[in-house]
This record gives sequence, structure tokens and C-alpha cells, in this order.
Amino acid sequence: MSTSIPVDGTPKFAEYADGTRLVSTEWVAEHAGDPGLVIVESDEDVLLYETGHIPGAVKVDWHTELNDTVTRDYVDGEGFAALMSAKGISRDDTIVVYGDKSNWWAAYALWVFTLFGHEDVRLMDGGRAKWQAEGREMTTEKPKPAPTDYPVVERDDSAIRAFLPEVRDSLGALPLIDVRSPEEYSGERTHMPAYPEEGALRGGHIPGAKSMPWGKAANEDGTFKSAAELKELYTEQAGLGRSDEVIAYCRIGERSSHTWFVLKHLLGYENVRNYDGSWTEWGNVVGVPIATGSEPGEVRGA
Amino acid sequence: MTAETAPETADLPEGLADIVNDFADTETDDRLQLLLEFATDLPELPAQYTDHPELLEPVPECQSPIFLVTEVESPEAGDEAVVRLHFSAPPESPTTRGFAGILHDGLDGATAGTILSVPSDLPLRLSLSAIVSPLRLRGMSGMLSRIQRQVSERIGKITAG
Repeated sequence: MSTSIPVDGTPKFAEYADGTRLVSTEWVAEHAGDPGLVIVESDEDVLLYETGHIPGAVKVDWHTELNDTVTRDYVDGEGFAALMSAKGISRDDTIVVYGDKSNWWAAYALWVFTLFGHEDVRLMDGGRAKWQAEGREMTTEKPKPAPTDYPVVERDDSAIRAFLPEVRDSLGALPLIDVRSPEEYSGERTHMPAYPEEGALRGGHIPGAKSMPWGKAANEDGTFKSAAELKELYTEQAGLGRSDEVIAYCRIGERSSHTWFVLKHLLGYENVRNYDGSWTEWGNVVGVPIATGSEPGEVRGA
Repeated sequence: MTAETAPETADLPEGLADIVNDFADTETDDRLQLLLEFATDLPELPAQYTDHPELLEPVPECQSPIFLVTEVESPEAGDEAVVRLHFSAPPESPTTRGFAGILHDGLDGATAGTILSVPSDLPLRLSLSAIVSPLRLRGMSGMLSRIQRQVSERIGKITAG
């Protein structure tokens, strides 16, 4: 870690491959306001931050701020630099992200920040719900950070992001994890139960992908499960074993960012990529194979 | 992208036209705050429904759990019958509550004919597409179409099926 911001020594975190990527709500309560530390809230609900947030936290919205407005892609280097500047974030700041729904969108923001090589980005274990449940201070007062000189850094899509041709070419050769709900995996639905059906002409999964719904990595209170529990889920049940490479996907890459965080930072898999095109791309592309039902299915020609 | 020209309001009931104009006249940065006011002002669900959640209809088009129900006291009045609207949405879903608040503010107490006349592209006229995203706005279309279907059933224009 590059900055002067200390790591959280919570014993649970020390069990993970890189526990420095997590901080507790207690830690945030103690360190919020430290120079060099910026707290970021990122939610599914675009209005949740406005109802109250951790004092001093700035908001980053995945849809309106991290996505490009015309191309299906993330903002470019200039766009990211402008966003960071507007949020008062410097290149060497420590960022702690938290959000709703077990940090699902917070993990997505963290993953996008990582595409731009921002070095020290951490998640607040348990997210917004845990902070609230503990009765900690919230405010509707929005900080007005002074703009920073964030450098224009080109996005590096090579290390942690997978694209359709790479996924197609690695069918049967690389482990794939499908982190959507069992209903989406089998092809019964194209979005989670209780969410609107959306955006894919075919239901099902990428042939050979193992099912491991993202939420299994979280406890009831939104915190991450212990290192031993995660190992059981991914290394054993999903069969990743000691594989040095894995690709995760979901519907648009948000839920799989949560799994990416688990595999990369908490379990220490070396080469983990998020296929953010995910099912809204794969399920619509002409000529790519899919599998239906609850089994991974055969990879033709493999 | 949000059209910066004035949104069309001629075919909207007065209450909704006022809301559409309020959003258009509000600076972009303050529109979320205005939506939050609608979320905050959404009335509590009356007791007869909190005790009987099965009377409410879910709106799966929304990304958040929301339930709604319409009441028509004198269905025999047809298009002239007065309609009451009730919504239930959790505080953790303020965007959805905001959409419900707009519909409640603009349509609660209106006649069935007025409610059925609301054009389906109402959500796109709220000047929110750029800051809320079209995907999230789709939930509001779901609420509106479900309200209109319930009202049609209650005044006997269509048969519940």
C-alpha cells in the first residue's frame, strides 16, 4: 500500500490472501476525515446517497458516472481523471468504497478504479447496511471537495477484464464462473428473480461455466464470509482448485465484480478477469454457443 | 440524452403537467433533490393494507420491491369515478419511492378517465433520463401501466384475467 493510511488489523481480514483490501465500519468511523483518505459511496439506487451517507463521503454512480454515455464501455482516461478530480480524489489517495446490497455496486466501482490502476482501493466490509444497522452517524450534507490534479491514465483492460473473443477462444480451457442466480443460469430467466426481464434473446449460460451465485460470498449482514468458507465455495464447490486463471461473468459485470474481488483479493487467485459484456452480450450474439439447464454442459469441439 | 427543449405537457393532466414543468425548470444538479422530496412525501400505506399485503400488486419492472393498489369507490361512474392510489416501497429504495411519489402527487384523487389518459412515455418527460438512467425509469412505466390496468378492471372496461 502506497499511502500513509494504516491497514485495518481486524483478525478476520488477516486470514484473507490480501486483507488490506478490507476495512471495518469501526475503522472507517475512526479514520474518516484523515488526510489522504476518501470515502466513496456507490449504490444501485441513484438516490440512496442523498437520503443520508457517511459524513464526508462522496458519491460515485455506476450508471451515470462510470459508464460512457454513448459507447457501451467505461469512461476513458480523461473521463476518469475528470471524475476523480471532481470527487476530490488524488492519485495517491486511499479510497474506501461502500454501498448498498452487500457492496455489490461498491465492488463494481472498485473494479473500475482498478482498471485505471488506482493503487489503494478498499471496501468497507458489510457496506452501507452494516453502518446503518450499527446506528453510526449519517448526514445529508454533501462535501464540496476541492478539485485535484488527477493524471490522465489510460485504462488497462488487459489484466482484469475479459472480452467476448477471449472468452469464446478459451471455452473448455479456462474455468468460468457464472455468478448469476440459478434461474438465470438454467435459462429460465434473463434477470434475477423479482427483477425485470431484460436484454437477452436467449436464456442460459456459457457452456462449461460453473454456477456460483455471487451472494453466497456474503453473510446475512453483508460482510464477506471467512477465508475458510470462501475457499470451500470457490476452490472446492466451484472446482477452481489451484487454477491460476479464471473468468467471472454475470449480466452486465456488476455482480461478477463482487466475485472478482473475492477471487482476486480475498482468495488470492493470480489471474482473475471479469467478463463485463456478460450475459447481455453473450446471450445476444449471433452464433455463440449457449447451454441451458442446471449443468455446465458440453463445450463443442473441446 | 435529456432534451433541453421544454417537454410536452399539453396531453397531461394538470397535476402531472405541473410536475413535469417543475423538473424541467429545475437545474440538472438539483433534480435528484426534487425526486427525493417526492420520495419523502409519499404517504404511508393505510392500515387496511399493511395488515393485508396480499391485496397489493407487485411491480416486477422496478429494480426494488414496490407494491401498489388502486381504489375506486363508485365504479359505476365509469370514467368519472374517483381513484385513490396507495403505494408501499421501502426507504432503502428512494428512487422507486420517488417515482411512486410523483404518480401519487399527480394522480391520487383523479378520475378514472384522467388516469387512463396518461401517456405511457410520461417517465421520459421528467428530464431525468440522463441523471437517473433510462433503465431505472422503466420501473416507473411499469407502475403506471399496472395502475391503468387495475383501474380499467375496476370500472369494468376490461375483465381481470
